[in-house]
Amino acid sequence: MTDKNLGSRRRFLKGGAALGLTTAVVPAVRSQESSDGLSRSAYGVRSRYVTSKRIGDGGNNSDFESEYNTLSPIQNQVGIITPSALHFNSSHGASPPDIDPHEHELMIHGLVDRPLKFTMAELQRLPFISRIHFIECSANYPLPKDVTVQHTHGKTSCSEWTGVPLSLILNEAGVRSGAKWIVAEGADRDSHSKSIPLQRALDSCFVAYGQNGGPLRPHQGYPLRLMVPGAGGFSHVKWLRRIKVVDKPYLTPSERFNELHGPKSVITFPSGGQQLLERGYYTISGLAWSGAGRIQSVEVSTDGGRKWQPASINGPVLPVAHTRFSLAWNWNGKETTIMSRCTDDVGQVQPTAVEFARSRGVSVDKVLSREVRRQGHWNLVFPWKIASDGQVQHHYWV
Amino acid sequence: MRRYSIFLLALFLTGGVAAEGPVFHLGKTPTDAEIQAIDTLADQDGKILPKGRGTAAEGGGIFALRCVVCHGLNGEGTDTPAGVAPMLIAEDKQGTEGIRHLHFATTLFSFIYRAMPMNEEKSLSEDQAYALAAFLLYRNGVIQEDEEMNAKSLPEVIMPNRDAWRPPPETSG
Repeated sequence: MTDKNLGSRRRFLKGGAALGLTTAVVPAVRSQESSDGLSRSAYGVRSRYVTSKRIGDGGNNSDFESEYNTLSPIQNQVGIITPSALHFNSSHGASPPDIDPHEHELMIHGLVDRPLKFTMAELQRLPFISRIHFIECSANYPLPKDVTVQHTHGKTSCSEWTGVPLSLILNEAGVRSGAKWIVAEGADRDSHSKSIPLQRALDSCFVAYGQNGGPLRPHQGYPLRLMVPGAGGFSHVKWLRRIKVVDKPYLTPSERFNELHGPKSVITFPSGGQQLLERGYYTISGLAWSGAGRIQSVEVSTDGGRKWQPASINGPVLPVAHTRFSLAWNWNGKETTIMSRCTDDVGQVQPTAVEFARSRGVSVDKVLSREVRRQGHWNLVFPWKIASDGQVQHHYWV
Repeated sequence: MRRYSIFLLALFLTGGVAAEGPVFHLGKTPTDAEIQAIDTLADQDGKILPKGRGTAAEGGGIFALRCVVCHGLNGEGTDTPAGVAPMLIAEDKQGTEGIRHLHFATTLFSFIYRAMPMNEEKSLSEDQAYALAAFLLYRNGVIQEDEEMNAKSLPEVIMPNRDAWRPPPETSG
């Protein structure tokens, strides 16, 4: 054989070994473009065997270009960080505005001594903080037609957000006495706005430009969004373009919901639409979170709520962030119902349907009613029924 | 979570500047015109409302042309491939469904004026927005058919759900 042929055979065998092939066929491994027009070397892609994706949440407006409000595939997630490409979004289904960061400005005005407008470059010169927080839509509730945990609980995600404390920016502008609220507004087509109490703005809010190590994704508000840790998603104004300091809330349409989200948890595996193919050992896994602080404990029941066992916490326990829990479980192949319940570090306990119904003065079969859902954040203990053939489905109270 | 305030104080102390003044001197001063152009969200007192006027009769005509395609012929809300739009004309004129849950009429006006119709935002004139607000307020049993809505009368409307507003705990009202 010539040197050239030998070289080719070596390359062929190396390539084959790298790909784990046992046949003599070498597929064409040319550098493919990802959707950004970059090569996979420049911007990585997932294995072609990994297909988890966001889905539309159905029944919400789209702007005729196939954008829709999305649900995060939390049944496929491990750990607590939602991959940025799979972070849920909710904005009436409108496409994100295409904002040039060199043109974008954040204006601070209203009851301030010095109205200011900051460029993105200026914001990124200021001191920054980085926090891992969940964002959850206040309408993250299940409907009877839902199948998977993506449907029932998918309007929540958790990322590391990086940006500038709002107290720092407001101090640059000088807040006048008499100010009690801020109104934050986005640069989207419908100028989404939300009033936030000034005290909350000063204590915990920040304007974020970073998401999981990179700039915000357009669906999450590129180039700037407001972070209001623990409050409903619509407080975290995306494509943030101005903050007005005011004395009274402006009461934009969603102003009913200002309370921080309470403790909530759900088992993501096994969960609706999945099937356990055999009896035996499984690691039950799920997520717990609270808008009021850290998760203090999670319990799991594998017998329909009669007995509760403490779950293990796997990974970081951070304030106002998704927390991963798990429980070792030996499934005996018989039909049963499993569920989780969490407690946060200010003492709030995730309510069962019976407890929730009692606290709201309604009957248990009304806990999923529209009237109850409209009252605020829905955070009930959520059971999954496992049939003897291993099929998993939700187990509503009717 | 006062740690940001503590951070700020530490910064001020090491910088030797007064805690009340700016520290970083970044950002430019916007002009009054720039502020006025962006400051379009109506406050609950109606101090920020554009000039204009409209009646329910005028609004009905606009609703038929611009709104029913998504919100339904009778404002009952739709669930079509073109989109889902909420019910706008409640059957129960005593309850708090649809726009009757709002606490202030300025909220309704601002939303119509700045955010509607979907995908044609900011295409309504001030008069058209006032007319549509008047139409919906009338059809939901909040105002009379002949009441004109304008920058003065709109904030004076007492929405049926006015007293249900519950401020969050860290505000005094």
